[in-house]
This record gives sequence, structure tokens and C-alpha cells, in this order.
Amino acid sequence: MKLVTISGPPSSGKTAVLAGVIRSMIASGVKVGALKYDCLTTDDDAIFRSLGVPVQTGLSGNLCPDHYFVSNIEECLDWGFSQGLDFLLSESAGLCNRCAPHIKGVLAVCVIDNLMGATTPKKIGPMLKYADIVVITKGDIVSQAEREVFAFQVRRANPKARIMHVNGITGQGAAELASQFLNAPETTCLDGSRLRFSMPAALCSYCLGETRIGMEHQLGNIKRIKLKEEPIA
Amino acid sequence: MNILERTIADLYENMPQVALFLGDYGLDPLERGITLGLWLESLPDEMYEDIGIDMQGLVENLEEYLLQQLMLQSGHLPVVNEITVIGGRDKSGTPEQLRLTLTRGSVTSIVGPTGSGKSRLLADIEWMAQCDTPTGRAILVNGEKPDPELRFSLEYKLVAQLSQNMNFVMDTTVAEFVAMHAESRMVENIAGVVEEIIMQANQLAGEPFSADTPVTSLSGGQSRALMIADTAFLSSSPVVLIDEIENAGIDRKRALSLLVRREKIVLMATHDPILALMADQRMVIRNGGIHRVITTTEREKENLTVLESFDNRLLALRTRLRNGELIEEVP
Repeated sequence: MKLVTISGPPSSGKTAVLAGVIRSMIASGVKVGALKYDCLTTDDDAIFRSLGVPVQTGLSGNLCPDHYFVSNIEECLDWGFSQGLDFLLSESAGLCNRCAPHIKGVLAVCVIDNLMGATTPKKIGPMLKYADIVVITKGDIVSQAEREVFAFQVRRANPKARIMHVNGITGQGAAELASQFLNAPETTCLDGSRLRFSMPAALCSYCLGETRIGMEHQLGNIKRIKLKEEPIA
Repeated sequence: MNILERTIADLYENMPQVALFLGDYGLDPLERGITLGLWLESLPDEMYEDIGIDMQGLVENLEEYLLQQLMLQSGHLPVVNEITVIGGRDKSGTPEQLRLTLTRGSVTSIVGPTGSGKSRLLADIEWMAQCDTPTGRAILVNGEKPDPELRFSLEYKLVAQLSQNMNFVMDTTVAEFVAMHAESRMVENIAGVVEEIIMQANQLAGEPFSADTPVTSLSGGQSRALMIADTAFLSSSPVVLIDEIENAGIDRKRALSLLVRREKIVLMATHDPILALMADQRMVIRNGGIHRVITTTEREKENLTVLESFDNRLLALRTRLRNGELIEEVP
């Protein structure tokens, strides 16, 4: 079975892109399943199910979605095997831009959209910088120049990735993206595999439910802001 | 010489792309006398954790980025003179039986109902399909099968698109915006190109705008004019697809002739008879396939003049309306 991880900021069009990819993959006769990791709630499983593919949904609740993803991906992989899938597409929302869900040896895709502004690619961490394929969406509503500038910025952030444009509404580009998925490496087992980069760290009193503000309540992995002298105008 | 062995002062002086690249990671070396390699090694692990990449990854990306910039500057990419579409089949499997060559400076209109397969045709050209898309079409560039790796090259993107629902979303002025695009295309004389584009766009737009106008406050017609002029001069794509350009606020005839002068292969999805007849030929799309290709006839060209006079009469009414006049007599 081939596992593909797809991540990207909220509302960047991950699900619409994947729906297009899945339609194309089904048409070429392969068996696809989907995993949807989200934070609070999701209706996207219904979208995948309406395409006729088996789906599992995981809600991370008050945990970092990235940490939740990595601690559950093996079990989901086993589920994929039990369903006899050829492809398992795992979609997870990147909520803090420092997300790092990509796994060594597993095809890694990042979905971002043209509306985020030209400076956004540099603000996105390992989720974009360690992806094999960067998919850019919403190209139908911005100017050609902005599309070109945005793609150029993406390349500066991740020069090795393949950059592809997919239109989530018309599906233009989805079949081409699907053709890249077909070349993904096989995943038989993830035990002992490694993430491409460390996930955002979180281990402090607030992780454990602390709600009070103040120095005395701060324990664990705490980082202080560095305030600088502002020149007086 | 290996980039890591050069001093930061040298790199920042002679290779501004290095400063831009590091700046994207929020890196700004204060000490300029040491080599880049030593400086990167001196940074603590926690810093790499914070910026979300390790030193090896950073160096690999920098080297790859510089290599790509170098290839871009040396202009190693082959020039596209013509594109040939070799027919596949429509949605029912009926063969298209067609071999259509589109040359630089030609205008082809595309007609057919919504959902008939216009997007698919464009996607086939953009992807340089080799019988590997649902239509089974093949695309040749300069009469030959293109290198499949070129599918992923940003500079070799075959199709630039302009459509009615496109807007500018960046928070910049017209001049800053065009300059940003020119920079990404590694243009030498940026100021000159910016000036030329703004001048050309103003010739297309009904109402003038200046270099200081924010792009987001341009009217529909002004935006379209700027998009067309910018695409004509700065886009690397040889094919320009225009999707239903509305009549208001832009001189469409002039816009087309600008793109033709800049040697673009113009495809125009339209049901406006004037635009359709301005083209040298039109492609009729039906049921996912190219149903036929009609060369604009002499008779049609003559009718174009009649249609244009209709159009001018409507435009004159529009101007009168704008000026607050009554429309009690129609010419």
C-alpha cells in the first residue's frame, strides 16, 4: 500500500484537491482510502464517503493535531491494510504553520493557496519546506502575475519540491497530481520510521490544563519573548 | 568555490539572492567577516528547531535555489515556437481525428457550452499531455515530444490564464506590483519594464490609472488592462488563455493586438461574436472533445465590421448614460 501525507493551512483547499485526485484514481481502477485528521470537528468525511471511498476521522481535540497524527498513524495504516487499499491518503490540517507531519520515505504533499499573500511561503515551516510536492490552489481568482510571484516564493522556500497548480473547483490539475501519487513509494510498516523534522514542542503547565496567568504557574518548556529597544522617533 | 567557504560579506555584496534566501528564514548574520559555513555551524540547535529546518536542509535548499537561479539567468530553456494538439477522444470515446498546430502570434477562439471540456483542453496543453490524461491527447512543442521534467518547471509553464473572476489581492501599488513580478522573472531593466507596462495598460484601459494606485482599488477594466499588459511583457508562458473578457472599460481589440505583437499564442474562450470573429480560427468543443475547427471566413470578417458598428452604438449609449443624459432616442 502507498501512504501519502497531505497537509496545509486551514481552508487552503486540501479536501477539494483530494476529492479531485480520488475521482481520478478511482477512474484508473485503484482502491483508495482516506484519513482525515482535524481538530474540533469535521464534515469532510462525508465528502470522501460520497466518492465511495472508506474513511476514518480523527479529532485531536485539545492536543496538538500533529502529535495526535503521529501517535495514531500506525493504527490507521493497519486499518488501510485491512481494507485492502492500494492507496491511503492522510489529510491533516496544519494549524500553526510550524507543523511537521511529513515522514521519511512517505510521499509528502503540502497544499497552500494563492490568497495567502506573497510572504506566506516563507512563514510556513517544515510542512512546506520538507514537502515533495507543493500544490497551489485558488489560482482561478488571482491574477496571472500573482500566481507567478507566489510560485516563485514557494520555490525559494522549498527549491526541491515539485510545484503543481490544482483548481479545487474545476478539478483542473487533479488528474496530473494523481499521476504523481501513483509513483509514491510503498509503505509496509512505519515502526522505526522517522519524521522528516521534529514537531512543534509543547510541554508546559498550560499543556496540562493550567489556566492561571503568572510566572509562578509557568512550568516546563517555557520561552521568553525578547523585547528590543524601540528607537524614539 | 563552495558557497560555504565564502565570507558572508562577499556573498551579501555579490550574491544578493543569498541574503534574500536567508532573510526568508529570519536569518541576518551580524558578523560578516566569517564564512557562511562557519556561521551556520555556530548557530545553536534550538535556533534550527525554531525556524523549522536543519543546517543540512538549509544548505541543500540554498544550493538548489542558486542553481535554479543560475539556469534561469542563462536562459537555457528552449523557446516555444509552436504547439501541436494531437487529438484523443471525447467523453463518449469518439476519436477527435485532429492535428492542430498553434503558432506564435495567432488568435484562436474556443466556443462550446459550459462543461464541454474547455478546462480539460487547457489542462492538457499545460501538462503537455502524452496520451496520459482522460482525453488521450498528445501535445507537441516545436513538433517534438517535450521533456517530461519540463512539466514541473515554473519558467516553462505553457499557459498563462486571464479570466473575468480574477482579482488582485496583494496590498501594493501598481508600480511595486509589476516590479515584484519583474524581479521574480530576473528582468534586468526593472524600472523600464514597469514604465512600459503601465503605459501599455493605460492605453487599454478606458479610465487612466497611475503607478501609485493600489492594485486592489483598480476598476474591473483597469485590472484587466494591467493583467493583459503584464502578461504580455512579463509572463514566460507562450500561450495566453483569455476567458470571457467583458466589454466594459477595456479596448479588447487593442488588447488582442498587444498579445499578438508580443508573439503570444492566444486562446480565447468566448461567446461574444465580435471577439470570436476577431480570431483567425475557432475551435468548437463538444462533449469533451474538439468537435471541429473553423477558419474565420471572409464573409465573417466583413460581418465583423457590422458587428463592431453595433457595438460602438451601444458604447456610445453607455457613455451618454454615464454623463447623466436621457436615452430617449436610440441611434
